[in-house]
Amino acid sequence: MRMTNVPHAAVPIDKDTPLLSVRNLAKSFGKNPVLRDISLEVAEGEFLTILGESGSGKTTLLRILAGFESPTSGELWMGGERLDLLPPYRRRINTVFQNYALFPHLTVAENVAYGLRIAKLPQPEIQSRVQAALAMAKMSAHALAKPSRISGGQQQRVALARALVNRPRLLLLDEPLSALDANLRRQMQIELKSLQREVGITFIFVTHDQEEAMVMSDRIALLRSGELEQIAPPREIYTRPTTSYAAQFIGRTNLLRGEVRGGIALCGAIRFPAPLPDGPALFSLRPENIRLGTPAQFTARLLDRVFHGSSELLRVECSDGQVLTVSTALREEYAGDLQFKFSPADAVPVRETTAAPPANSRQEHA
Amino acid sequence: MNANLRRPRALSLHAILVFAFLYFPIAILILYSFNGAGVGGFPPRNLTFNWYRILLSDGPLWDSVLNSLLVAAASMGIALALGIPAALALDRADFPGKAVFRHLVLLPLILPGIITGLSLLMLFRETGVKLSLLTIILGHGTALISVATTEVFAGLQKLERAQEEASLDLGANYWQTFWRITLPNLKLPIIGAALLIFTLSMDEIAVSFFLIGRDNTLPLEIWGRMRRGITPEINAISTIIFLFSLLAIVLWYRLRTQAVGTPEIGAEWIQTAER
Repeated sequence: MRMTNVPHAAVPIDKDTPLLSVRNLAKSFGKNPVLRDISLEVAEGEFLTILGESGSGKTTLLRILAGFESPTSGELWMGGERLDLLPPYRRRINTVFQNYALFPHLTVAENVAYGLRIAKLPQPEIQSRVQAALAMAKMSAHALAKPSRISGGQQQRVALARALVNRPRLLLLDEPLSALDANLRRQMQIELKSLQREVGITFIFVTHDQEEAMVMSDRIALLRSGELEQIAPPREIYTRPTTSYAAQFIGRTNLLRGEVRGGIALCGAIRFPAPLPDGPALFSLRPENIRLGTPAQFTARLLDRVFHGSSELLRVECSDGQVLTVSTALREEYAGDLQFKFSPADAVPVRETTAAPPANSRQEHA
Repeated sequence: MNANLRRPRALSLHAILVFAFLYFPIAILILYSFNGAGVGGFPPRNLTFNWYRILLSDGPLWDSVLNSLLVAAASMGIALALGIPAALALDRADFPGKAVFRHLVLLPLILPGIITGLSLLMLFRETGVKLSLLTIILGHGTALISVATTEVFAGLQKLERAQEEASLDLGANYWQTFWRITLPNLKLPIIGAALLIFTLSMDEIAVSFFLIGRDNTLPLEIWGRMRRGITPEINAISTIIFLFSLLAIVLWYRLRTQAVGTPEIGAEWIQTAER
């Protein structure tokens, strides 16, 4: 039914025009702005992750895409059609909800069939599609069970099947893995990614977990207090963060503050060539890009060391009092002043944005 | 130590007394419905089902039973049809005076039946509506909307909102979502409210008294006969009413506990129902 409701469905997809485009989107609740001037585009078949801490506006953005909230200003377009004026039930978008929101009074199979029945598809087609979706979710054996009788991981797969069986053009996933335990979570990350490649449906995945974002995404859109901080592939956002917040939120980093004079960055006792105009500057330098050895960029003494299995994190203090974190291979003893070097290219100049709160308080409101 | 031990004993004695005070009269009523010697005499003698047999062949009494069933069923329909939307409005809509409305909707149940009955009587007189079973139905129906509203509202509060969003997300419009998701999830509170309304209407007397036309409801029929003196037949019909009410209340209480899981909130209705 919804297929025929969309006049553009028959138009072949132009690879150059994005599936979804978000234009200058803003949202406030009362006087409280939660999203500010968000513009981004999502390509057909892409796996985009919206990453941010709680309160960054990522869930609101997702709810606007699904149609449960309307934007205060800005526009949404999907496949040449204005999206934000349509009610949720007219959008060819389906959602996997955070707590799955399965219908408790319906069986697993009835849950999966719900969208198809609403669309009044012929019964044989509903049956075959539901069966295929249940098989994909490895839930065929539980087709007649009520949702309360199956495990959290199984509920998650049913929620996914219930959404995908409608063949949406866009699938939204609202932290669908957050209720699962760590092992199952890692396994589901891989499964979700390969499933997405298989079905070729565009995924927008919301999470606060940067590791999850790195594992699954084609691109990560990092939100900070309602603003789009950076949008880039995981590798790029990790190696080339554009802001200090991005550098600190995704992975671990050292921020070196100083100034550039005549092509040389002076950050306290640390100096290295930097092809930048003169003036104050901030650099992000990842712990694994600093190595023991000569010719040294700086010398420092060991404060403490934390064992991480395959590597060790050293906290070291330079002669000028700066404290840096260095990731090294395992070694038995360290003595006296240590000499460190790094490639100047690994010191990435970043724009200063408000730093993330410490990692432990970050999780509190999740 | 001794005082601590004695206090619970005094309390349990008190509890037993209260319990006896509540249920002794009912026990007596049930017992005498089997008394061969009629209403007089202690202890009851020659236990018999005779009064129940007489009851079976009492035409006017069964007419009043049918009237009461009709009134109860129709009031149930009215109260649910008006009470469910009211509960939805309380749960979802924002309108001026919402807090006041929430309390006002309970008022008909708390108001003495005399007030409700009298005011409805005046309304019907003014508008020229002839008193009949219909006016009783309207009276019960409006007075019991509050039961439907309160029960369904409690169920709505427990309903996970994301379920309705999931339904919209899967292509169902608001109307389809209401019928396929919201209403089925309210099944238990609605059945519970229906049972309670039915029971309350069946033994309602004050409002009915003012609005009665030519056809009697069962409680009014009983009351009328009592003026000519208590007969064991009345004990027998009362016993049957008691058993049916008990059944309905137990059923409702179990559904309520299943649906909302807080028997404490139900307590106020139980009290009302037993009054």
